Amino acid sequence: MTPKTQEPSVEKVTSEEYKYGFVTDIEADSAPPGLNEDIIRFISHKKKEPQFLLEWRLKAYRQWLKMKTPEWAYVQYPPIDYQDIIYYSAPKAGPKSLDEVDPEILKTFEKLGVPMEERAMLAGVAVDAVFDSVSVGTTFKKKLGEMGVIFCSFSEAVHEHPELIEQYLGSVVPYNDNFYAALNSAVFTDGSFCYIPKGVRCPMELSTYFRINAAKTGQFERTLLIADEDAYVSYLEGCTAPMRDENQLHAAVVELVALKGAEIKYSTVQNWYPGDKDGKGGIYNFVTKRGACRGDSSKISWTQVETGSAITWKYPSCILQGDNSVGEFYSVAVVNNMQQADTGTKMIHLGKNTKSTIVSKGISAGKGQNTYRGLVRIQPAAENAHNYTQCDSLLMGDKCGAHTVPYIEVKNNTAKVGHEASTSKIGEDQIFYCQQRGLSKEDAVNLIVNGFCKEVFRKLPMEFAVEAQKLLSVSLEGSVG
Amino acid sequence: MLIIKGLKARVEDKQILNGIDLTINPGEVHAIMGPNGSGKSTLAHVLSGRPGYEITGGEVTLDGKDLLSLSPEDRARAGVFLAFQYPVEIPGVNNTYFLKAALNAIRKSKGEEELDAIDFLELVKAKLKPLKMDELMLQRAVNEGFSGGEKKKNEILQMAVLEPKLGILDETDSGLDIDALKVVADGVNALRGKNRSFLVVTHYQRLLDYIVPDQVHVLAGGKIIKTGGKELALELEEKGYGWLTGEKVKA
Repeated sequence: MTPKTQEPSVEKVTSEEYKYGFVTDIEADSAPPGLNEDIIRFISHKKKEPQFLLEWRLKAYRQWLKMKTPEWAYVQYPPIDYQDIIYYSAPKAGPKSLDEVDPEILKTFEKLGVPMEERAMLAGVAVDAVFDSVSVGTTFKKKLGEMGVIFCSFSEAVHEHPELIEQYLGSVVPYNDNFYAALNSAVFTDGSFCYIPKGVRCPMELSTYFRINAAKTGQFERTLLIADEDAYVSYLEGCTAPMRDENQLHAAVVELVALKGAEIKYSTVQNWYPGDKDGKGGIYNFVTKRGACRGDSSKISWTQVETGSAITWKYPSCILQGDNSVGEFYSVAVVNNMQQADTGTKMIHLGKNTKSTIVSKGISAGKGQNTYRGLVRIQPAAENAHNYTQCDSLLMGDKCGAHTVPYIEVKNNTAKVGHEASTSKIGEDQIFYCQQRGLSKEDAVNLIVNGFCKEVFRKLPMEFAVEAQKLLSVSLEGSVG
Repeated sequence: MLIIKGLKARVEDKQILNGIDLTINPGEVHAIMGPNGSGKSTLAHVLSGRPGYEITGGEVTLDGKDLLSLSPEDRARAGVFLAFQYPVEIPGVNNTYFLKAALNAIRKSKGEEELDAIDFLELVKAKLKPLKMDELMLQRAVNEGFSGGEKKKNEILQMAVLEPKLGILDETDSGLDIDALKVVADGVNALRGKNRSFLVVTHYQRLLDYIVPDQVHVLAGGKIIKTGGKELALELEEKGYGWLTGEKVKA
């Protein structure tokens, strides 16, 4: 006999309010809305930048004016009015230590569970906290300083280490790379800078918490991370944002440089406000992240867990220049309700015996649309290059979508390139099986989803993995009725 | 213990159960036999709360508790265990982790303390031995890549760990070779006790050579049409179901 089970009902949409939806009231010292060369000069002047940086910004701006919004991604949104955005806002007082930091800001971080002060010490994490585009506190600087590690805000690096900025800024993501990267290059206000000297293994995981705050303020962070020869660093990036009705643009640029024998591990848990169940509000996350394995035997590993944002447009990539260099991309991308994500990676093989691994896990629920877009390019000089790609999609309900768009370009016939893909639906029979063993429906869904993402979670630092699992269960709450 | 009165159920517009009456006392093993399409598996599913069935009449109580009003997980927590005919694979979820989560969910619902990983591992290893299961199975993902025999043994292992009041075996013998069948039957027999009852749904008499029932019921057309002792199974094996149903149905 063949008993039929009914199709799972998926009408029930998430009732979970965005947990971190609160706004800090801080008097902002802002530029008027809009963008022109004067605004860029204003930003550069406010930040007391050297001439080369202003010129670089202006070059980027002039290039940006000639560029068009990329339209190839599988995402839809109304046109953005770039003249309606405030490009500079900062808390008025410039605090020099944690004691000087506005208590309101500290309270906000506390609500977010950011480990600062003693908590930072206990957690063993150095925090370079970005608040409304300007860094308000940096901890653990001394300890890191003794090892020669530089970990500070981007603005500080511009003043303290202008030679490193001039040498490396834009060397991985040029100012004219793409529309959003050009915009970022013109107007970025702050971000993080990190330099690990030769042979140093950074003793702690470096962490930055981003938070978007002032109304209508686009955030344009710039992160530059350099691992000198035989250095190692693990960098964590995690984000949350307060609830908003207006869409907020976020166009960050992250550049990583790994010299000979160096290794960079870059982990992200992204939880920006995704908009309400009808897609109202929510962050537009248009980010350019790229790492260059410049030296032989260097390694860059990207791990990301993307649960937030109304729209995600993001392709953390590796340029495998050095011989025997290794690039990795491990990703979990979740879309629920009206969220859209077009994310993936690019692995550009230039050197001999270069190796790349791509593991992408896409989860779609509600009316979410999830696209994996990835490029594997083996250039003519890349003898014996290897790539392995695995793309898995998990669908919850019948109103969401999963799309896989792999591009493979091989120009050297010694290359070995493998691609595996699967799409599956979260099964009512799997859920019932768990329930029959005593687990609640929510626990069953979490268990199944976490099993699906296991290969990626394994790559995250321990405490991040725990956070990521929690985030996933919150993001998918109520998505199976 | 388990009392079923006039149970009727349908799937979409098709009536499958047409008034089942059945009482299973503590410690008893009852076998449900019947031709294909008679409603055997439906009965097992309805008792465990699988979605997709509509109850159109009757009642079911377990120790006086109304089972039909409970969610599937609450039925499990009340002591109903279904050994699936087709155990489900859950990729990436560690078998031990799954079983520990299940046991702790049940313990928690009873107000008992949850077991930690070390205590649990000790418990599960002890339950593993009589089933002749390799400890490596604990490290694998739930049922993923398991052979048919391994899946069924895993079901019995889960039952041994969760210690239900009522174990429902849904065609547990299907797809098993004779050696695996013996191991599974031994596992079930070891769990028999004065406070635990079993409902064994099977198409063939073979399983009942090893799990000897107190009563055998023949289900046809969604009703129990004959009840007898263990010898009824042998009679069915010999004569088929046709002499009972009046149809040309052969086992």
